[in-house]
Amino acid sequence: MPALPLGDAGPYVAAAYLVFLALVLIYVAIMATKLGRVEKEISELAEIVERRERERETAPEEQRV
Amino acid sequence: MTFGRGLRPLSIASAVLITGAFALVFFYAPNDADQGFVQKIFYLHVPLAIVALCGFVAGGIYGILYLRSNDRAHDLRSYVAIHISLIFAVGALITGSIWARASWGHWWVWDEPTLVSFLIVFLLYACYQPLRFSIEDPERQARYASVFAIVAGVFVPLNFMAVRLAESLAHPRVLSTTGGAMPGDMRMTFLVSLVGMACLYVTLWKYELAAKSASIQLRSLRRRLAGDEGLAPLQRSAAPQQL
Repeated sequence: MPALPLGDAGPYVAAAYLVFLALVLIYVAIMATKLGRVEKEISELAEIVERRERERETAPEEQRV
Repeated sequence: MTFGRGLRPLSIASAVLITGAFALVFFYAPNDADQGFVQKIFYLHVPLAIVALCGFVAGGIYGILYLRSNDRAHDLRSYVAIHISLIFAVGALITGSIWARASWGHWWVWDEPTLVSFLIVFLLYACYQPLRFSIEDPERQARYASVFAIVAGVFVPLNFMAVRLAESLAHPRVLSTTGGAMPGDMRMTFLVSLVGMACLYVTLWKYELAAKSASIQLRSLRRRLAGDEGLAPLQRSAAPQQL
């Protein structure tokens, strides 16, 4: 087939590069959402664990008194 | 275990390389004498396909490392490598289809070995996630998935060589040991695109590893909070759930 003129080839080239851009952006957006949620939950859970451990350490002393 | 180390410089390098590559594609590389402007898709489609195939092989290598060491981190690396490669392969298939439509007048050509073989590899790896999901026991899941990744990883270069040996007039061969038919400025643009794409792959791989690792740590903390008696059962998942 003969080469397409610039006017006809342009939309195909733009479509190909937009597909790539869309794939990367969708992937990054999904991962960013997941990562943000996970990081928030990790910090919350870590705080609860630390609080419980502190309570466990102090509880026997109070019982002895 | 920290998977996110070095992610920031890698992300910057990927952004710079990909932007630079696209700038070279549109402002430096000349239009192809035969195909004209539509050949610009080559600088996107071919690096996507090459990096996807290399990623599949990397998944197999991490599968070998897992079977040798029984280290769950290698299973996670293998899983993520194959996952990212599948996304890149989707990109290669779509951009290839667009290029085929513009150049050959068809979205897909079934008698072209390169296209069909790539589709076979893609479909083969599309079975990887369902395979993992079908196995509940994490130990067996990791072992079977590693065996799959190794066998499929060996198939990728064999398939590539078989296709290269099968001469075809439809799919162009511009990369060869004899130098091919690509002029210097086109070759340089292509190499920058390839390095940029590889860098993007590694960035996304590390990014997902860090995310999965954080998710696994979260699950571990949840189990600690539930106590020894009331351990919450692990939900079935295709992704590795332990490190």
